[in-house]
Amino acid sequence: MSPELIRMIASSTLDTLYMVGLAGLFGTLIGLPLGIFLATSQAGELFAAPIANRLIGVVVNATRSTPFIILVVAIVPLTRLIAGTSIGTAAATVPLTIAAIPFIARVIEAAIREVDHGLIEAARAFGASPLQIVRKVLLPEAMPAVTMALTLTIVSLLGYSAMVGAVGGGGLGDLGIRYGYQRFMPEVMLTVVLVLIALVQGVQTLGDTLARKLDKRRIRRH
Amino acid sequence: MNAPWQPPAGERPAFVSTQPTTGILIDRVRKVYSARKSSAEVVALDDISLTVPKGSILGVIGRSGAGKSTLIRLINGLDKPSSGRVVVNGVEITALSERDLRTARRSIGMVFQHFNLLSSRTAFGNVALPLEIAGTPKAEIEKRVLPLLDMVGLADKRDRYPAELSGGQKQRVGIARALATEPSVLLSDEATSALDPETTDQILELLKQINRDLHLTILFITHEMAVVKALADRVAVIEGGRIVEDGATFDVFATPRHEVTRRFVSSVTGSGAPDWLLEKLQPHQPPGGQAVLRITFKGSDANQPLLSRVSRDLGVNLNILSGQVEMIAGHPFGTLIVSLDAAPEVLRQVIAQLSAGNNLVEQLGYVA
Repeated sequence: MSPELIRMIASSTLDTLYMVGLAGLFGTLIGLPLGIFLATSQAGELFAAPIANRLIGVVVNATRSTPFIILVVAIVPLTRLIAGTSIGTAAATVPLTIAAIPFIARVIEAAIREVDHGLIEAARAFGASPLQIVRKVLLPEAMPAVTMALTLTIVSLLGYSAMVGAVGGGGLGDLGIRYGYQRFMPEVMLTVVLVLIALVQGVQTLGDTLARKLDKRRIRRH
Repeated sequence: MNAPWQPPAGERPAFVSTQPTTGILIDRVRKVYSARKSSAEVVALDDISLTVPKGSILGVIGRSGAGKSTLIRLINGLDKPSSGRVVVNGVEITALSERDLRTARRSIGMVFQHFNLLSSRTAFGNVALPLEIAGTPKAEIEKRVLPLLDMVGLADKRDRYPAELSGGQKQRVGIARALATEPSVLLSDEATSALDPETTDQILELLKQINRDLHLTILFITHEMAVVKALADRVAVIEGGRIVEDGATFDVFATPRHEVTRRFVSSVTGSGAPDWLLEKLQPHQPPGGQAVLRITFKGSDANQPLLSRVSRDLGVNLNILSGQVEMIAGHPFGTLIVSLDAAPEVLRQVIAQLSAGNNLVEQLGYVA
């Protein structure tokens, strides 16, 4: 493989990491509060707002059921508004983030709903406000599950990011399609797939390790 | 000027002691869950009135579904009654806004059946939680948590997570946590129901010690009469959302009036006749049959040699079928079931002599 190609693979890997990193970051910034809200706003819950809960639930479901490639082209005007252009790595971050938000919201909701209801009851009995319960009870207790959920999100985003190559988004997927497929260079295709496998493996291992460190529910032997 | 007489501030005449401004007052409380599509209206609590004077321990006993969990959640305002008042330390809980309620809850500690400890926090962190919630400064938190862990005997476990503690140790953390904000009232929701008998005894001993040392008012709910026997000054029996009987623990044990109470009492005192005996009991005397008597000893008589005296004086042989003597609320309390072969006239004399003092004698029937 030529040094030229190796440089391209390296720069595409960085592009992918950049897109996934930014989408993961912004997706979490918006998806986390949304997930907390979804998990605590049904009737009788901490921030009971059943109507808002249902409305947001519908929007989240709608976004999640739109195929990603359709989402990418459908929101081009929005992408242009935010990124100033509709092609390139920065532009690809916008649909990735939009797709990440509802995904993160749902996995965070599931993680928080896993927390034993008795803990909320106890915190209320000690005079905690709903916000204190979220900060001091729900989030710390859900942290191992939240870590696993975010790991799952990052892995999914790595897959999605390969698709934005179709609209000139850059990154490993783009490289694989253009060189590996269209120019028929199987060694490029293979390398791209191997790098993606390594990235997914790395992210998953990191997430697992972190979640295990955070989880204090198992008895440790001393 | 004929102004009505007012007791001087800070002093209370004895006759108003049923309306304490400290302790817990539950006044004609009703809790109704309104009807839903498929289910009719449910009356969970019906006209409940109870007082727990400051520094005393009240046990509320009932079967599951009797309404005791609903009752305890009304006291710290986790739930609101449909009507009636709840007053804790002179503060009318039922009249508070959600915000004021949060502040009021700091003076009401609560212990839970399943401990409800945060798995992500150490023993220290769990005890510190109510203080963090109350906005206590960090240095102050350290100063308060360590003596509490020491008091419950877990000073060496401060950095352990709940998963590393036994059930009894977890409940000790739960108790230390409940005391962190220095409450004057402690609510216990089946605190020992998930523990083995030996651990239960240790936890009950700890609660008693806390009650003595800190002069803490305690209201606990349980479905086990043994817990009431070990811990309560007074007991209230709840059944179908109503208080069917309440009084000093010893009196309720000695003379249970309601059927439910009797069943609870017999579960720990052995006052119920054993099954093999019940099967053999007959209402009328068969030829050569013996009369069966149940004698309940109360108070100081429980340790007198009454049986041998009766046996000697009246020349009858008493055959002990079952019996138990134990301490309840600091008084000896015993139940004996005996059979004897005696003519009706002698039997009457035996019953009269045994009934002397504080004892209760009932004839259960005859056995062949």
